[in-house]
Amino acid sequence: MNTAVLQAKLWYAQRISAMVLALCVAIHLLIIYYAIQNGLSAAEILGRTRGNLIFALFYEIFVLACLVHAPIGLSNILRENTGDSFITRVLPWLLAALILVLGNMAVLGVVWGTA
Amino acid sequence: MSSSTLHVKVWRGAEQGEFIEYEVPRAANQTVLDVVTYIQRKLDSSLSYRFACRVGMCGSCAMTVNGKARWTCRTHVAALGSGSELEIAPLNNLPVIKDLATDMREFFDKMNTAKGFFKGEKTRHDDFAKLKPHSLERQLANAGIECIGCGVCYASCEVVASREDYLGPAALNRAWTLVNDVRDSQQLDRLRAVAGDAGCHSCHTQGTCSERCPKQIEPTAGIAGLKKIVGRAAVLGSKWGKL
Repeated sequence: MNTAVLQAKLWYAQRISAMVLALCVAIHLLIIYYAIQNGLSAAEILGRTRGNLIFALFYEIFVLACLVHAPIGLSNILRENTGDSFITRVLPWLLAALILVLGNMAVLGVVWGTA
Repeated sequence: MSSSTLHVKVWRGAEQGEFIEYEVPRAANQTVLDVVTYIQRKLDSSLSYRFACRVGMCGSCAMTVNGKARWTCRTHVAALGSGSELEIAPLNNLPVIKDLATDMREFFDKMNTAKGFFKGEKTRHDDFAKLKPHSLERQLANAGIECIGCGVCYASCEVVASREDYLGPAALNRAWTLVNDVRDSQQLDRLRAVAGDAGCHSCHTQGTCSERCPKQIEPTAGIAGLKKIVGRAAVLGSKWGKL
């Protein structure tokens, strides 16, 4: 694939994931605000999230949007500031792996308590 | 030191050089171009600079005045508000030929690279194309079409300063006006030419080009339009096909 076209596709993916993230972050903050209003403890919050598939689906979408958005952004920043190199190409993939693993562990932990 | 005298630092040399100070008498309604012309005619005839129309039509007299790219013919010294001090340098982001004259080749070459020229399919035997002046495409094209290629936006662009291959605001603005020209027949080639990191997707939307453009054109808005249309064409396709 033409590099310029690939870059255009990555730009598009980053924009769409940014839109998803904007929505997810807003909902996430609202949930936090709602959850701590009456002084809920961590145990009480987990009691409500465990086994809740809607929570699982929402946070999985959140993780996937981060997975797309952050590595593309990091790749752009690295290439603009340090040029094209091995590190510039590998670091975004490492970040992607980290987000995928840690994000899914968090979702599993909050919803099923297995992580 | 008298307030009736301007102390003007002018860049002398090429890439390597220095600022030389000249004293120029103030005059009513004096422009920066008047100042440069005075130095060249009365004080140092070896000073090189470029100008033609003197009335803001040709775009050839752009220089860096007190750190900002401007048309010198349309910049009054009094309006700069810098007292009796003035600093005049060649445009940034372009190779300096000598003194205040820059080599504009890469600037104009990039207009070509961005397919910033019209190519139609009709001949003289066909009927005239009928364009509705109030159609969205025509209005978007009209918003950027008054560019006269002075290079002020290019010299002001932070991205051009940091990456040589970036096409720059003027070339991308020209491409945007043509993307909105319904008569043009090389749209997919143009979208390919302006895609990616050497093209529209490198723009950081800082807007210095729009802020400095003497014609009040907003290349930033045109580039945002290009990003959107090129991104969509790469993923979903466009009315001209897929990239």
